[in-house]
Amino acid sequence: MDAIKIMKLTKYYGKHRGIIDLDLSVKKGDFFGFIGPNGAGKSTTIRTLLGLISPTEGSTQIFGMDAVEDKQAILHKVGYLPSEAAFYSGMKVKDVLKLSAGLRKKDCGAEAKLLCERLQLDTARKVEELSFGNRKKVAIVCALQHCPELLILDEPTSGLDPLMQKEFFDILQERNKQGATVFLSSHVLSEIQRNCTRAAIIRDGRIIACDSVDSLARTSAKRITIHGQVDLDKLDGVRDRKDSMDSVSFLYSGDIHDLLQVLSACQLSDLTITEPDLEEIFLHYYEKDGDTV
Amino acid sequence: MTIVKHELKQGKTSFLIWTSSIGFLLAICVFLFPEMKGEMDGISETFASMGSFTAAFGMDRLNFGTLIGFYAIECGNVLGLGGAFYAALCAVSILTKEEKDKTAEFLLTHPISRTKIITEKLIAVLIQITAMNLIIYALSVGSMTMIGEEIPWKEVNLLHFAYYLLQMELAGICFGISAFLRKGSIGVGLGIAIMMYFLNLIANIAEVAKYLKYITPFGYCDGADIVSNGCLNSTMVAIGMTMGIVGISVAYLHYTRKDIH
Repeated sequence: MDAIKIMKLTKYYGKHRGIIDLDLSVKKGDFFGFIGPNGAGKSTTIRTLLGLISPTEGSTQIFGMDAVEDKQAILHKVGYLPSEAAFYSGMKVKDVLKLSAGLRKKDCGAEAKLLCERLQLDTARKVEELSFGNRKKVAIVCALQHCPELLILDEPTSGLDPLMQKEFFDILQERNKQGATVFLSSHVLSEIQRNCTRAAIIRDGRIIACDSVDSLARTSAKRITIHGQVDLDKLDGVRDRKDSMDSVSFLYSGDIHDLLQVLSACQLSDLTITEPDLEEIFLHYYEKDGDTV
Repeated sequence: MTIVKHELKQGKTSFLIWTSSIGFLLAICVFLFPEMKGEMDGISETFASMGSFTAAFGMDRLNFGTLIGFYAIECGNVLGLGGAFYAALCAVSILTKEEKDKTAEFLLTHPISRTKIITEKLIAVLIQITAMNLIIYALSVGSMTMIGEEIPWKEVNLLHFAYYLLQMELAGICFGISAFLRKGSIGVGLGIAIMMYFLNLIANIAEVAKYLKYITPFGYCDGADIVSNGCLNSTMVAIGMTMGIVGISVAYLHYTRKDIH
């Protein structure tokens, strides 16, 4: 069954584009990455899934339930971590956690205690005294303490120090192994590459690629670095060319025979061919129009 | 009832400050009455001859020398304005603040329907306003007992009831507005309360503007009318309650389908 199924989803804010004709499905048990630059429509998509905003057209389903009709039933199964965590001023951390559990009519005390210990969160402090990172931890505990079946995380690691990021992803991996689906929106690619099994790339409100992280990274394009005298002008499919003193480096997505023919006629002292990392592919998706590499 | 409890906790400080300020001012004024009573004959005449200023506060029809006359005017300004401000502020910010303080993403992603959130928030507003009125009523009657005056129960009860209705009406209207705003609610709430107050003053001064009394809730709270008629104007009250209910209905209609940013 699909944990998330988005069908032809379109959202306009007045005349401004939010997302256009978005199709996306996330399988139950996936650790799914959602990548895109600021303003691409990541948060709009997430807000629609959670019923915070209603779609202009199209629909979304979570565990087969309609996001508009069965919103409450869906929210019971979902834990959401907003990108900007804000809480009611004057409340202590433990009161916020208790309020969140109370709103879910669930006693999450034991799980909350465990999470607070792992994230080193002091529950006696008042939320407005907390640093950005510590407030984020409160939001993390709120999203996780009721052991949801689907975790929707919007840029979860901003503000967390590297040790906490590691601990956080350890927790997510554990939850994922226990059967929870994770939907992780981020623009930190290394995060996605390290943790996610599948990912979708969104740009200008449209999904431009959706595949397993391995095949997104494994494309026909290669990173070629050459030392020596070369003339690449006749070659098609050269991108991201960087020239330095005696070497040239570029992404090549054309026919490998053409490349070899051109290179064999040149004076080379060294040649390396490597897989490009996700970062390079990612940048490519943004620079050019949505055709795949 | 989790949200009701939460809202009452959140609003506690504001509630205590407003209730104690209004109650304290009312009691002080009542305590001033015995001292002023002796000198009132002259004062009443002075007050009665200040032209439109006299009419604006109904002092042409009330006798300052009696406890109820004194109380109706004083009550009209302290409890009328103070209560109106508190009710308006309380109601206009209750929905807006979630988006203003960015807590909407927290609250609305919990498995509670928006209808339930609106209902619980409305209950919280009504509880706070009702509690404030009961406390102030007790303080007021208590202070009248302490100065040893005979309490004009019927008029006092009617006055307090009228102000309670006024606050309910303003709260209903402001609650409706609260569903639309995303920030800056406090100015809107105060503005509405002040506007309503001045509409009544204008209606009192100018004969051509008498119809304004049917628009502003201060119309049915006019101490002079209540004391001399011995009842509230039921048409005005009916119009007022309708406006309050319309405000609340609008809040339900709009907030349940509002896009939360």
